Formats: sequence, C-alpha cells, structure tokens
Amino acid sequence: MSPFTKIAAVASIEFRVALRNRWLILATGVMTLFSLALTFSGAGGLELKAGILTLAAASLATLSVYLIPLIALLISYDSIAGEVERGTMALVMATPISRGALLAGKALGLIAVLAIAIAASLTISSAAAIFAYGMDMSGLAAIVRLGLTGLLLGAVFVAIGLMISVASPRAGQAAAVAIGVWLVATVLYDLALLAGILADKEGVFTKALFPYFVTANPGDAFRIFNLAGLENAAPVSGLDGIANTLPFSPLYALAGLFAWLVAALTAGYFQIRRLTP
Amino acid sequence: MTAGTAQTPILKIDGVGVTFADLKALQDVSFDVAPGEKLALLGHNGAGKSTLFKCVLGFLKPAAGRITVAGDAPGSNHARRSVSYLPEQVAFPRMLTGIEIITYFARLKSVDPREALPLLDLVGLAQAGRRRVGDYSKGMRQRLGLAQALIGKPDLLLLDEPTSGLDPVSRREFYEIIDRVAQEGAAVLLSSHALSEVEGHIDRIAILSKGRLVADGQIKTLAEAARLPITIRIKAREGQADALRDRFGGTRINGRSVELSCEPAGKIDLVSRLTERREEIDDIDIALPSLDDIYRFYSNLAEKGDAA
Ligand SMILES: Nc1ncnc2c1ncn2[C@@H]1O[C@H](COP(=O)(O)OP(=O)(O)OP(=O)(O)O)[C@@H](O)[C@H]1O
Ligand SMILES: [Mg+2]
Repeated sequence: MSPFTKIAAVASIEFRVALRNRWLILATGVMTLFSLALTFSGAGGLELKAGILTLAAASLATLSVYLIPLIALLISYDSIAGEVERGTMALVMATPISRGALLAGKALGLIAVLAIAIAASLTISSAAAIFAYGMDMSGLAAIVRLGLTGLLLGAVFVAIGLMISVASPRAGQAAAVAIGVWLVATVLYDLALLAGILADKEGVFTKALFPYFVTANPGDAFRIFNLAGLENAAPVSGLDGIANTLPFSPLYALAGLFAWLVAALTAGYFQIRRLTP
Repeated sequence: MTAGTAQTPILKIDGVGVTFADLKALQDVSFDVAPGEKLALLGHNGAGKSTLFKCVLGFLKPAAGRITVAGDAPGSNHARRSVSYLPEQVAFPRMLTGIEIITYFARLKSVDPREALPLLDLVGLAQAGRRRVGDYSKGMRQRLGLAQALIGKPDLLLLDEPTSGLDPVSRREFYEIIDRVAQEGAAVLLSSHALSEVEGHIDRIAILSKGRLVADGQIKTLAEAARLPITIRIKAREGQADALRDRFGGTRINGRSVELSCEPAGKIDLVSRLTERREEIDDIDIALPSLDDIYRFYSNLAEKGDAA
C-alpha cells in the first residue's frame, strides 16, 4: 500500500475524533453565528453603496483573522502531545508508518474539519443574505476568495498548532503555548506595528519596511489579500489602509501564507522525527 | 529453544546499555530470541523491562551495545514491519470503536482490514466491536491491544505485561493465543512480574534486576542451577520434638514441629535418616523451592553484586 493510504487512514481517524469530540459542530456553529451576525449588521437596512456580500466579505476578513487561527490552534494543540500523554502514540509509532506521513495525515484531517466549518458558515450566511437582499455576483466571488484563503490561513495555524504539539512534552503546556502564539500573532504583533508607526512619524519604517512587516504576519497577509481584492468597494480603516497602497502585488501576501505553511510543516516534521512516544 | 538449530534470531540484543541522567536503566544486556520461541522477561518494578522494549522499538537509542530486529536497526521500516507492540498501559482514542481501531491499525500496517477484523473474534471482542473503546473495561482494552498486535502476522511480538488486568480465564485464553502464534513461527517476548504466572506457558525466561540480566534459560535449568535448599518440616510425636531437633538440627516451630533445610542433593539421604526414627515422627512435609523463591534468588543476585 502506498504512503497515501496510510496518510488517508490517519487523516480519517483524526477527522472522526474531532467530529466525536464535538469540535466540528462547535467550530461550524461559532463561525456560522459570527458570519450571519456580520453579514446582517453590515447591511443595516440602508441603501448600500456596495453589494451586501462585498460588505460582508470585508468585515468577515477582519473577524476571520482572529477566529480561524483560534479554532485551528484549538483543534490541533492536543493532537500529538495529548496522544503521547495518553499513551496512544506509542502504538501508532510502532507501526510501519513514517513520521512524515503521520504528521501529514493529522494535518489533513484537521484541515478537513476547518474546511467544513468555513464552507458551511459562509454558505449559510451568504445564502441568507442573497435570500434577503438579492444576488451580488462580485460579492459572491469575494466570499469564495475569502473562504479559500481562510482555509489556507487555517492550514497555516493547524501546522503551527501541530508543531507546538510535537514540541511540547505535555498537552497542558501545548495549550499554553498555543494561546500565547494566538495572542502574539493576532493582537500583539499588530499593536507593535502601530506603535512603530506612531513613533516613526512617516519615516523609513512606515514607508519602506512596514508593508513587509505586515505581510509577514499570516493573519495580516490574509486580510490584506482579501481587502485588496475588494478594490475600495468597502470601507477600510487602521492597518488595513495599507491594502490599497501596497508597494507589491497582493499575490505576495498569498505567497507569504504558503511560505508559513511550508515552514511550519517542515519544522514539525523535523521535530516529530525526534519524538519519543 | 531447541539446541543446534541454526535458525537466525529474529531479535538480537548485544551488550545494550541505557542511562537516564545518572540512572543506569540497562547495563550490558545481551540475549537473542529465535523465531517460534517464547521468552518471558521478568523483573521487579523499575528493573528495565519497558526500557528494553522501547529500545527494541527504536523509541530509545541505547548508549551502548547493538540491537537488530529481523537483521535491521530498531525503528527502521523493515524492523517495524516485523514487530508488533502491546504497551504496558495500552490506550486507544476513547471515542473510536473497536472495529475502527482494528481497521485503523490494519491500514497502518498495510493489511486489508477485512483480514484483520476476525481478530476481534479471536480475542473475544466480537460483541463489543461496535462500542466505544472509552467504555471498555481494562481487560477488554488489553484484549483489543492484543488483537491489534496480531494484525498482519508479525515475526516478533513485544508484549509489555500483556496479562496485567486479565482475569484467570482470560489469562489462559491469552496464553493459548500466544502458543498458537508461536507455533506458526512468530517469536514472542513478553514481560511479567511473576514467574509463577508464566510457568507452563513459556519456554524460556530471562530475569532483569536493576538493569542487569541475571538469568537466562529454561525454568527447570535455572531452578537446578540456583540449588535452593529444600525445606522439610517434621511433626514430632508427643514430647519428641526436642530430641529430633538435637539430632537433626533445624528450628523448632509451633510446638511439635521442627523445620530442616537441605541441599537438593542431600534430600534422599536426609529423608532416609529421618525414616530410621519414624517412631518419633508423626508426619513429614517436603517443600520444594517455589517459583517465587527461584525468582527472588536471581533477582537478589544483582543486589549482592552491588554490595560486593
Ligand atoms: N524516560 C525516562 N526518564 C528517566 N528515567 C526513566 C525513564 N524511563 C524509565 N526510567 C527509569 O528507568 C528504570 C527502568 O524503568 P522501566 O520502565 O524500564 O521499568 P520496568 O521494568 O518496566 O518496571 P515496571 O515493572 O514497573 O513496569 C526506572 O528506574 C525508571 O524510573
Ligand atoms: Mg514496565
């Protein structure tokens, strides 16, 4: 049997465990609630300059930066450290599956959970908006783009979560590190950049370095790519203003996300090879 | 272990040493296991049994010595294809059913799940296959662990305390299964705390004490080599106990009894001298050293070695 069969076996077990632990329903429920809320609060009953889905895409892009990494880290931090702690990993690692295939399988299973949660929440909220306000083709494209890049963002944080999980001797420690990573990546990093801009007063940092620093953060990269795609159709504020003045193509933001995914998986791979279950 | 068969061992352990910080968990351990052989690894808590298993699986890298599994390094792909493992604390994802677990491990071992699922019947879990492992009793988890270890007819079974948590009937069934797989050519290395438990089921035992191998051989050979004294308890007739004690030595116990001990070789001689005095003796009881005595004897060897 090829390694793909084994990867598929690990992925399907990982998915099933997430399903039975209610992670899938929880993730889908939370994301559906938030996307419905943002979609309809954006509409506000006024006559709209942009389509309802375009506005929804803009506010969802901002919210997803927090929510998707959080869910991705929550479903992945325990995946390896917890199995080592509970003793289920020793059995798996004694079988002829390569460590790389094991990591890949776990990542795929968890990404599948995110894929369903993202697809279901966006489908439900968009369908409700179209039903209430009518069709918005360009907005629909923005939502599809949001979903696909949101999945990529989720994959990045699943890979980071797995990397944390491999490196932690205990699941509790993995949880603490995961929360720390989430805080830094989604909140503290942006705050530090804002502080940099305020201190710098239109100097070299703001003009030359800032765009690169922003795109280096996976969450910001995701948001910038999506907001740039909306082409001023929706109001943006704060750090996101940069989306329209990037000195490079927004595709680089997407490339940055892929780079994070590859880097986190590679780091996880080298660590799982040294893991003693 | 049939002498003279030039069968290449499936497992070779040669001078293995493992150190945790300043604790020598294993020191210079060497033995081989041949296909079809059943070897029990005995030792107190902390003797190093599980540590040795982890070395054979490639989870731990010994600081000294060499292990080969089916001619390959532990943990290599080929070695892992030849070995099955049942850990000391067997655990499975609680949310999965027995059938899902067996299907999962069959796929990991590149075995068609349809061939592996009948193993649930073999270990007596046919009824429980659709229930979640989280609801299994300890013994049921142990049985599922055994079924998992049997998937794909491995050449070497590493079973770390496989019978802990099993009731006496299940234990017998367990050893019957082990007998069958050994007859089909698999080597079985299992660990246990009690010699009395493995007696009658296992060809050969190896005893670990404080990380050192202190005995390796058939139970009968080891028992003879230990030359443990035989205890003879004489129940004297009224008023004869002191006279018997004075004549044969030994110690007076509970009123009318005298306890003697002698080397195995001197047994016949002592008994015939006793029968000369049969008018003073009510009853004789001969106690051979128990399996636990033999086990204790070898386990304590290493401690004596430490003191020296
Ligand atoms: N990862 C580890 N780090 C430090 N010490 C360890 C580690 N694993 C085992 N030890 C020590 O090595 C020694 C041997 O442990 P091991 O688990 O092999 O014993 P055992 O013979 O299996 O005992 P038991 O019958 O209780 O299962 C013990 O003193 C134990 O504390
Ligand atoms: Mg042990």
